[in-house]
Amino acid sequence: MGDLRDLYQETILDHSRRPRNFRTLADADRKVEGFNPLCGDRVTVFVSLEGDQVKDISFQGSGCAISTASASMMTEKLKGKTAEEALSLFEGFHALVTGKHEARGNGSELGKLEVFSGVSEFPIRVKCATLAWHALKAALTGAEQTVSTE
Amino acid sequence: MSGTSEALKTGPRAELVRFDVEAIRRDFPILHQEVHGRPLVYLDNAATTQKPKAVLEVLQRYYTQDNANIHRGVHELSQRATAAYEGAREKVQRFLNAASSREIIFVRGTTEAINLVAHSFGGANVREGDEILVSTMEHHSNIVPWQILCDAKKARLRVIPVSDRGELEMESFDRLLSPKTRLVSVAHLSNALGTLNPVKQIIRKAHARGIPVLLDGAQAAARVKLDVRDLDCDFYALSGHKLYGPTGIGVLYGKADHLEAMPPFMGGGDMISSVTFERTTYNKLPYKFEAGTPHIAGVIALGAAVDYVDSIGLEAIASHEEELLHRATEGVLSIPGLRVIGTAKEKAGILSFVMEGIHPHDLGTILDQQGIAIRAGHHCTQPLMERFGIPATARASFGMYNTPQEVDALTEGLGKVREVFG
Repeated sequence: MGDLRDLYQETILDHSRRPRNFRTLADADRKVEGFNPLCGDRVTVFVSLEGDQVKDISFQGSGCAISTASASMMTEKLKGKTAEEALSLFEGFHALVTGKHEARGNGSELGKLEVFSGVSEFPIRVKCATLAWHALKAALTGAEQTVSTE
Repeated sequence: MSGTSEALKTGPRAELVRFDVEAIRRDFPILHQEVHGRPLVYLDNAATTQKPKAVLEVLQRYYTQDNANIHRGVHELSQRATAAYEGAREKVQRFLNAASSREIIFVRGTTEAINLVAHSFGGANVREGDEILVSTMEHHSNIVPWQILCDAKKARLRVIPVSDRGELEMESFDRLLSPKTRLVSVAHLSNALGTLNPVKQIIRKAHARGIPVLLDGAQAAARVKLDVRDLDCDFYALSGHKLYGPTGIGVLYGKADHLEAMPPFMGGGDMISSVTFERTTYNKLPYKFEAGTPHIAGVIALGAAVDYVDSIGLEAIASHEEELLHRATEGVLSIPGLRVIGTAKEKAGILSFVMEGIHPHDLGTILDQQGIAIRAGHHCTQPLMERFGIPATARASFGMYNTPQEVDALTEGLGKVREVFG
């Protein structure tokens, strides 16, 4: 049960119970749905841009604690960031949850998102943690309207 | 070769021996291991069952002693392999109580069996404006092949609705049967709800209108004593790996009259009697539907699985699983905020549930850390999940080797979910 505490950290449980920016964005410039066909998790990410900057970001959908908390904390982190910074954070986050980078503690670029480091011990849950991020990447690069984890 | 279980070696006559689950467990080597430091509790039998030693040994023996291609070799090994392969067909025939082994077609699994019927029977018999009737509780493999057929033929897929308890709405079924209906295809036992459908009634009503019926028996085959002649179904599809046999092998039973009239599904070797560029004549049943070198080892091992299941007895297995299901249902309902999805009067072996505020995936991970394997997800029944307004369920499904103590471990494990989630 010890590993479970690493996965379900208090911050993650808090965001899964009370997700932040959990709403639609009427004036969104970009809207992309992320879908995990294996489990049926769905998340739609809304982004409104000002120039190259994320002016506002929100999400809707249904998923497990990990995917909901990840989407919630992603929206908190990205408000005000440039598209380039956001994509760089995605790279860092992906490396963290797949165990390629270790959590660095205070002062790291990821900051609070490092609570997701426990996901790397649960490979099957990596897709949960990255679902909203994949949707975000598609939204920023203008690639597709729907992204799938498969 | 004997498929007889250790469970029955202790008594002089099978019917005098009580159901000895500990002896059965000794026949399944995989069960005796720890997962995350806890004894494995395998409750994902609706996804796939574990394999008894009798099946594993047959696979090993086939490849170490008898491996050869079937039906054409003049040499000893080929004759042995052919005899074992066709022997397994007869075992499956007896298991299903089919009238003839010609009615037993080996396929990869339930999915291929249904696709075969959709392609071959559907291709020959379905026209524009016709209808195929399925139900809301079908697995995607009993939906998508019919959608493909209906798209190609401009036919229409109609759907029998499901009640809040997870039972087929039989009055709607009566109304949906029409002169346009070409086939009814429904699950014998629902993989997501555990509902045992009134298939005899369905078949009787469909036949009264001259409509054939396919039963998806993926879940029922290991849980219900089957008699296709008593059911009077036209087609029955099942998967070996959910019946304590290997993956990659399954069975389509079809009444000979239908199979004779149907065109082949795939073309190739073994399914022909002669080939010229002008004209090819097809082989007789069942070979007409078995193109190419089949999964010989899988078929022989499926025969061993069927022997093993028979040696325990499906009635005994069904009654054991009924006790487990009852105990599990009572147990999980003692957990605050837990709701069972699928409360039909007739159920078997499968328990689906959701817990308020906690996604089934999180339940699955927390149970896994305690060594308990369940399934979490939509169970390839997305329309059914939509019907119940939920994205997914957690599902515990039982096999002959599960014990009351394992059921209690599930209940206790679910009790710990609140410790993690607060």
